[in-house]
Amino acid sequence: MIPVLRLDALSFAWPHQAPLLHIDRLQLMPGEHLLIQGPSGSGKTTLLNLITGLQSGHGGTLEVAGHSLVQQSSRALDRLRADHMGLLFQQFNLLPYLSLVDNVTLPCMLSNRRRAAASHQGLTPAQEAERLLTRLQLDPALFHQRTVAELSIGQQQRVAAARALIGCPELIIADEPTSALDHTNRNHFMTLLFEELQHSGSTLLMVSHDPALANHFPHTLNLGRMPSC
Amino acid sequence: MLIRLAWNSLRSRRTTALLTLLTIALSTALLLGIQQIREQSRQSFMATVSGTDLIVGARSGPVQLLLYSLFHIGSATSNISWSSYAALRNDRRIQWTIPLSLGDSHRGYRVVGTHDDLFKHYRYGDQRSLQMAQGTTFADLFSVVLGAEVATRLGYQLGDALTLAHGTGNTSFVQHKQMPFMVSGIMAPTGTPLDQALLVSLEGLEAIHLGWRAGVPLPGLQVTPEQARQQTLTPRDVTAVLVGLKSRLQTFHLQRELNSRRDDPLTAVLPGVALQELWQVVGIAEQALMAVSGTALLIGIIGMLAVLLAATQQRQHEIAVLRALGCSPLRIALLLLLESLLLTLGGLVLGIVLLQGGLALLQAPLLSQFGLLLSLGALSPLQWQLCALILVLGLISGMLPALFAWRLASASRLIRRY
Repeated sequence: MIPVLRLDALSFAWPHQAPLLHIDRLQLMPGEHLLIQGPSGSGKTTLLNLITGLQSGHGGTLEVAGHSLVQQSSRALDRLRADHMGLLFQQFNLLPYLSLVDNVTLPCMLSNRRRAAASHQGLTPAQEAERLLTRLQLDPALFHQRTVAELSIGQQQRVAAARALIGCPELIIADEPTSALDHTNRNHFMTLLFEELQHSGSTLLMVSHDPALANHFPHTLNLGRMPSC
Repeated sequence: MLIRLAWNSLRSRRTTALLTLLTIALSTALLLGIQQIREQSRQSFMATVSGTDLIVGARSGPVQLLLYSLFHIGSATSNISWSSYAALRNDRRIQWTIPLSLGDSHRGYRVVGTHDDLFKHYRYGDQRSLQMAQGTTFADLFSVVLGAEVATRLGYQLGDALTLAHGTGNTSFVQHKQMPFMVSGIMAPTGTPLDQALLVSLEGLEAIHLGWRAGVPLPGLQVTPEQARQQTLTPRDVTAVLVGLKSRLQTFHLQRELNSRRDDPLTAVLPGVALQELWQVVGIAEQALMAVSGTALLIGIIGMLAVLLAATQQRQHEIAVLRALGCSPLRIALLLLLESLLLTLGGLVLGIVLLQGGLALLQAPLLSQFGLLLSLGALSPLQWQLCALILVLGLISGMLPALFAWRLASASRLIRRY
């Protein structure tokens, strides 16, 4: 089985600065979820930027779904991201001028692979998007309206989760997706997200400094090696 | 896919997008409209003079002569004597002459006294001759042939009687009431000023002025039509003469000869040359108009640029999301470019529609007020060039926000704390 994510002796340093990041070995198999924790400045965000191919200049091996990210053109990296990764930000995940369904099907417009995967069992990507939105407990009345701005942040994050999940990408990368949610909403969101991950078979890599989230994950990586002040 | 995004993005900014669209549309319509008036007025002027080699009138400026003789704009200061006309007619180098006598009107339309030769020799456009839509040319001393527009506007039929008014004003106090004219024919439309003219014979015109001195009827000298028919009706003078030569090689020679005649002060002009002179005068105004409408277009484009640039600043999140989804910076730049292209294209199409709609509305007043026939329909090559220029300008101005977005997209480390 090909690991979804494989890091070997991965290191990164900003020019003329001390090394920020060094990971000897990290490997995630399909369905293995990982929470990365650590204080600000510990390199969590940089790690995610490296894995998504948005930050270049690392040392060591970095592979996503069997594809090495080293020495790839930025075009190939964009393709890799479109085909194999779903991204989830803290907030502002949605395009305000598209309906919920159009927002969720965006990855299918940008990637043939994701479109093919979303169109299983005779469903169109739009129908798959509606299915995902329903599973994530969004009101069907909202699906085709351009009401992104009127959604609560909890609802917006669930729409963003549906978009990350559509077309079953191998790796879902989430950067503090719950930091803008309150306690109840956070648990609700995580429960729904894990249910759908079960269904899609995707691997979740999440960054957070919320220790309470650790309960949801089998594995936790702590980058908090920086001396606290 | 990009086009759907661009469309939706514009739709979400409906108000500003529509306003931008409207600015571009209006300036497009203005620019194309001025170009249309320019081209078509030249065409119709050219068509009017196309078959005439020389215009001869009393001594005056060439442009003035051209304008009053063929286009019925302004009036002659003096006339040519009948003997001068007869001399022209008998000149061996001259193939045909058409005498024109102006000065009367009917309900605002000019009355042209002329000769049957007009129907025989006058050529306009592609060497076309005048055709009668109904009836015949001058059948009687008191026959009048109507221009196509006169007939439709005033609703005259064959056989209707009408009286001419002395002078060319719209409301003339002195009518030639005692001698009514009968409509003997109606001409097919020509697109020349003859459409707005009433043609009568020189003799008929002479007849209604019997008993007149210095432009007013003499009291106690009323002449009835019957009495008029008894008299010799050789006109004393004509306003202008259109001349066709046997050989065009003679044109300059004859022109110089007529212009330098000492005993008889005449002016002979080549219609094409006089038109060129006219365009030189009109051209300055046209260029000023073009400059103004060009500036209006520029303002429209700059407005669009401002709207798009302001929007780009607010669209960093959107760009970040698209980047995260695997959209390359180039595609994001294309998206922005597409938006400005859509706006310009939309403005262009709307502008053309506005222009055609405006022309449809203005066609009738322009024709009756200025004798300017503007036809609807296909754009001229020059107008298409203007359209292309507008599109290119739109694209160029779209480059700036696109470049901006491209730089944002390439530089972004998307995953960051806001």
